[in-house]
Amino acid sequence: MASGEAPTTVESPFEDVTLGVRNAIREVEELTGHKMLAPQGIIMPSKGEKEGVDLYVTTSSAGGGLQMMVAGVVKTMTAESAERAALGAGAIVMDVMAVDDGRRPYEKIGRIRYLRPDMILMAGGTDGGTVTHVVETAELIDAAKPKPRLGTEFELPIVFAGNKDARIPVREILDKAYALKIVDNIRPVLEFENTDPARNVIHELFMEHVMSHAPGYDKLMKWTPIPIMPTPAGEGRMFQTIAQTYDANVIGVGLGGATTNVYSMYEDKFVRTVSANLGMSYSICNVLKEAETNNIQRWLPFDIGEEDLRNRLYNKMIRPTTIPQTVEDLVVEHAVAREALRLGFEHHKLLARPLRGIQRRRTIADIFEQEAFEETYIDMLHVDWLAGTGGLLSHAPRRAQSALMLIDSFQPEGVTKLAQDSVFMMPHLGVLSTVHPRAAMEIFENDCLVRIGDCIAPRGKGEDGEFMKVEVHMPDNSVLEEEVSFGSIKRIPLGESEKAEVEIFPFRKGDVGQGSGKRRTVDVEGGVVGVILDARGRPLVLPDNDNERKQKLIEWFKALDAYPEGLYETCEG
Amino acid sequence: MSSHAYTPGLKRKAATIVRKTRRLPIQGEVLIKKGDDVKADTIVARTFIPGDVQVVSVAGRLGIDLWETSKYMLKKEGEEVEKDEPIALVKSFFGLLKRYAFAPVSGTIERVSDITGQVLVRELPVPLEVDAYIEGRVIETLPKEGAIVETPAAFIQGIFGVGGERKGELMMIADGSSDVLTAGEIESKCKGKILVGGARVTNDALQKAIKVGTRGIVVGGIDDQDLTSVLGYKIGVAITGQEDLPLTLIITEGFGEIAMSEKTFSLLKEFDGRLVSINGATQIRAGVMRPEIVIPRPELTTKERGGLIERKEFLEQGLLPGTPIRIIRKPYFGALGVVSKLPIFLKKIETESDVRVLEAQLDDGRHVIVPRANVEIIEE
Repeated sequence: MASGEAPTTVESPFEDVTLGVRNAIREVEELTGHKMLAPQGIIMPSKGEKEGVDLYVTTSSAGGGLQMMVAGVVKTMTAESAERAALGAGAIVMDVMAVDDGRRPYEKIGRIRYLRPDMILMAGGTDGGTVTHVVETAELIDAAKPKPRLGTEFELPIVFAGNKDARIPVREILDKAYALKIVDNIRPVLEFENTDPARNVIHELFMEHVMSHAPGYDKLMKWTPIPIMPTPAGEGRMFQTIAQTYDANVIGVGLGGATTNVYSMYEDKFVRTVSANLGMSYSICNVLKEAETNNIQRWLPFDIGEEDLRNRLYNKMIRPTTIPQTVEDLVVEHAVAREALRLGFEHHKLLARPLRGIQRRRTIADIFEQEAFEETYIDMLHVDWLAGTGGLLSHAPRRAQSALMLIDSFQPEGVTKLAQDSVFMMPHLGVLSTVHPRAAMEIFENDCLVRIGDCIAPRGKGEDGEFMKVEVHMPDNSVLEEEVSFGSIKRIPLGESEKAEVEIFPFRKGDVGQGSGKRRTVDVEGGVVGVILDARGRPLVLPDNDNERKQKLIEWFKALDAYPEGLYETCEG
Repeated sequence: MSSHAYTPGLKRKAATIVRKTRRLPIQGEVLIKKGDDVKADTIVARTFIPGDVQVVSVAGRLGIDLWETSKYMLKKEGEEVEKDEPIALVKSFFGLLKRYAFAPVSGTIERVSDITGQVLVRELPVPLEVDAYIEGRVIETLPKEGAIVETPAAFIQGIFGVGGERKGELMMIADGSSDVLTAGEIESKCKGKILVGGARVTNDALQKAIKVGTRGIVVGGIDDQDLTSVLGYKIGVAITGQEDLPLTLIITEGFGEIAMSEKTFSLLKEFDGRLVSINGATQIRAGVMRPEIVIPRPELTTKERGGLIERKEFLEQGLLPGTPIRIIRKPYFGALGVVSKLPIFLKKIETESDVRVLEAQLDDGRHVIVPRANVEIIEE
């Protein structure tokens, strides 16, 4: 497999995306000696061994990706469903408007005018429910006279996926000046969310109205017979394919320079969220802003002044393409990454939750557990896969570093497979999976997926002196016994594609899927790091005492051989 | 043996040709013509943007059913209204009791809805003008949109800025590039000026500058907390230029206390007292935009101007042995020097990453190896 990359040429002076694509392909041509480019585009179909390709697929995030506004009637019901649909389609949601969002009409009009989205998704009302509030929203949108970000002379696409009784008045208001598409209601009844029709039409409109107006896309669209997808939609598609192939609950994360995308495919429900403000370069200071300095500092095994830390991150923001040259700088970036991932997952859990507005029969116990009822349906004990992608994770010099970042931020419980993308390929495999799912899975398995190893981590806390014990029946028939004290982490060297049966004896209040203190026997798979035994407890708590905290971090880093020895000498010196 | 590399860089030029496209956000009228000489504040093009919309809940005010709204309107869609003018009326008790709905602003009735019972009143159009920004000559007009203005100028890019376009007289306030600009140095004579400081500007100095009416400050560095104080909020991404600030701030080196590059400082010093145009707008993403200082130099002869266009630019050439660079990441952050070697093969650095590196001869005599990603070209 070969890969090539080149900077985008979407903006002036080039204003033609295909130039950047050509530059990237040229790199692959140079590496492989395989001719792929002709003056008119990519040579397809292939012409023998050394010329042309069978298929070219592409995704796009040019110009900041698909930027949408969504609107509904009730903030926690139809507006929330609309938000899930837009996010699922790969969009960045710039604002969620609802009749009950507390803003005055003129404020909402001002907001639409200011944001200039690429597309608007309007939901609202169950079928047969309110028409007035839906029409009110349509009137506000029309009053703002929004113009698309790319190509102001074109009509802005608006999708209406609300109460079917409101279709006629909505059409009267919006059909003249906008590219209006009407699809089935996203919430036909409160008990059911139907995001697929809206999601599909968003993809169609993305191609027809957004992509086609971006510089050079008219050419690019002719190079491929497969519709161009927004990059996060491709990535999400691949995480769905993994979940379906392995019949597993999957959490995936794409940690980028500007955004953090979190995907969950949990008990057949697919949710994607994008934290458009959390990233490792362009928006690194947003991570600092949201997480605050002390939360970043807590992951550092050495002292670094608050001012020094802040200025380092601000300097990374203004020079986003720089890379850490010292191990100390690398550890600082990994500390920020943990917080970006943690916050991204917190945002995700706010949308991955049961539908609101449904009447439920509740018992007294449910009433006392009101808070729990509002929480996410994702139970980390039942998450089978945790997979990461994005530059920082892919480029981490040791895989144990990505393993620790994923574990510390997502805190998997029970037995969870950890994996990551070798190079940034998942979005494209996602597009490929729409036409050749088997080919996509084969490439994914052989060239894209890096199996880090399984992580065994009990939920709950232990006492000092308690430990988790495991008996590992290794592939060579030997039995390995390991004890891991509460608060510690270890790894068993079990290589890629090696399997073993493990009997887990958690500490008294530790749960690995069978209940507190209960033994569990499970088959595990190794990986580039091995099987990770994480007895640090859940939720993971770092010691309050500064010295103890630093000692613990060094102990954990050493246990997984995560960083070069020099780091520990600096910390201990 | 060397290899070629593309690297971002900042411009710092004593003489170059600067062209600015001045364009309205929506179509309008162009007020100048090709060949005109313009001042920085000459209006180039003008248009009107639609006014804001106010929503009046007429049915609610009058206590009528939503579907009856248009029946009780005194003004129809498209009619002009004055602020506080009655737009709808309902009478009861044989006309004895009257209830009115009034226009909240002057404007036009845009929509009367019998579904929501609301009336939308659009305010009067707002004029919008674009000026030339730099003193120079109009080399091209863009029909209904604006014009392209050109001038020979000294041109310096900063690394980050806040605040939009401003014009004023350049005033050196620091004696040296490593001075810290404090409130004590800001006096009433700084009013209307673009000040040049050294390594850092303090929060107090910024506040004082705002108070006396300074239009801009150019300085090596700033502490992020001082920036937060002056803005009133924390910056999360470097997309700036729209801040509601009475002055424009441009930093040339980075965050923290960092002496302004000696060459930048002396270049600015050379033009002390000249009329300059600055813009703090920064966009760090694809299609990066850096803040800038434009110092028009109309005194340059036609021949000298011609020579400027011919010159091959460093940024277009990329990194080559001898290219002047600045290191932009620890452990050599801020160091200046020149490229001495560009090895082809990847090299393992301290973090254990295999990356493309370069060897550099620093101005302070050190010879160092750094990732190519961690340098920027200084174009002179």
